Amino acid sequence: MHDLGGMQGFGPVEVEPEEPVFHSDWERRAYRLTVSALLAGHLNGRFRHAIERMDPTWYLESPYYEHWLTATATGLVEGGFITQAELDERLGAPYPVARPVRAPRLDDPGPSVEIHRYRIGEAVRVREWHPVGHTRAPRYVQGKPGVVVRLDGVFSLPDVEYHCDAIRLEPTYSVRFEAVDLWGAAGDPVHVDLWESYLQSREESVHG
Amino acid sequence: MDDGHHHPLPSTPVEDRVAALESLLVEKGILNPAAIDAVVEHYEHAVGPMNGAKVVARAWVDEAYRERLLTDATAAIAELGFSGPEGDHMVVVENTPVVHNVVVCTLCSCYPWPVLGLPPNWYKSPPYRSRMVREPRVLLSEMGCPVPEPSEIRVWDSSAEIRYLVLPMRPEGSGGLSEDELAGLVTRDAMIGVAHL
Repeated sequence: MHDLGGMQGFGPVEVEPEEPVFHSDWERRAYRLTVSALLAGHLNGRFRHAIERMDPTWYLESPYYEHWLTATATGLVEGGFITQAELDERLGAPYPVARPVRAPRLDDPGPSVEIHRYRIGEAVRVREWHPVGHTRAPRYVQGKPGVVVRLDGVFSLPDVEYHCDAIRLEPTYSVRFEAVDLWGAAGDPVHVDLWESYLQSREESVHG
Repeated sequence: MDDGHHHPLPSTPVEDRVAALESLLVEKGILNPAAIDAVVEHYEHAVGPMNGAKVVARAWVDEAYRERLLTDATAAIAELGFSGPEGDHMVVVENTPVVHNVVVCTLCSCYPWPVLGLPPNWYKSPPYRSRMVREPRVLLSEMGCPVPEPSEIRVWDSSAEIRYLVLPMRPEGSGGLSEDELAGLVTRDAMIGVAHL
């Protein structure tokens, strides 16, 4: 449910004046236990994807730090640091976690790439890329043409990292998309940061 | 569910679930509350938009700094002592009379912690994340930040490792102010791109 760019029907943005960093003590405690697990290296490659696997209605209806709490519990169970039975016993009720991982584990991360293939100003298109596992390619740019506007660093490809014990490094880019290509009407451009695997040159694309 | 232990929806208060996980993690040695409280305290009180405001004010008064900020934001921000998680790869985008920049994270809640602190709820909310890429001009107007045509709005979706900070335009009539006074004019929302100064 997390891939929200361009979805309709959500209504106005509700801004809370003078909003505190934490709204209540449980939010602070959820932040604290999540940061502890992250700093200990117990959630690597699991945290974001666990949030993404929360039931959609639960994801939309729950406060932000409940996402963190749930992802931490889920990731620690999946990593073998705690068990579901321990959680249930401690709570005295079934402890809700995110849905199971559907993507298969990868044995081989594939070769790392450290040199940018595309140049600034180059016309590219986002591949149709809809894995059942984790990805950072938003749905609203899938299959869309864009132009590279900035070359960024070489980083671990999340699609691999979240499902493999090893990582694959790849260059990243900022790609500019025109509103007419995204939404079919004139409007303002959107820039999306994308890993090289998500892109193809216009020549390679069947759409041109 | 196929694993027999999976409970996809909560029936218990979130406070109880926090307490249960917390006590389990303390027992397992994964959570040491005393050790981590300094980190929580840091992000709750010591880090926030006042850091970003100092960066913006410096860029307004020091042209060489502004140029460094726009070419290597991470290093320029570190010059003022601000760095750390969610700020290791910074890009600063500059507003001009014809370009207005605004930042969103449609996939989650990416936000430049060292210069803005932890994000407000609205930034992480489905309305903001869904609509800012689809109808930025309408949404900015609703949020009290109208951007008249023909100015272009540039939306930046921080979907990879870069974290963005908007460099707002220096307010008219601020010529006689000191750098500290200028920093006092800079708001969090202006550095996200949802407010004017």
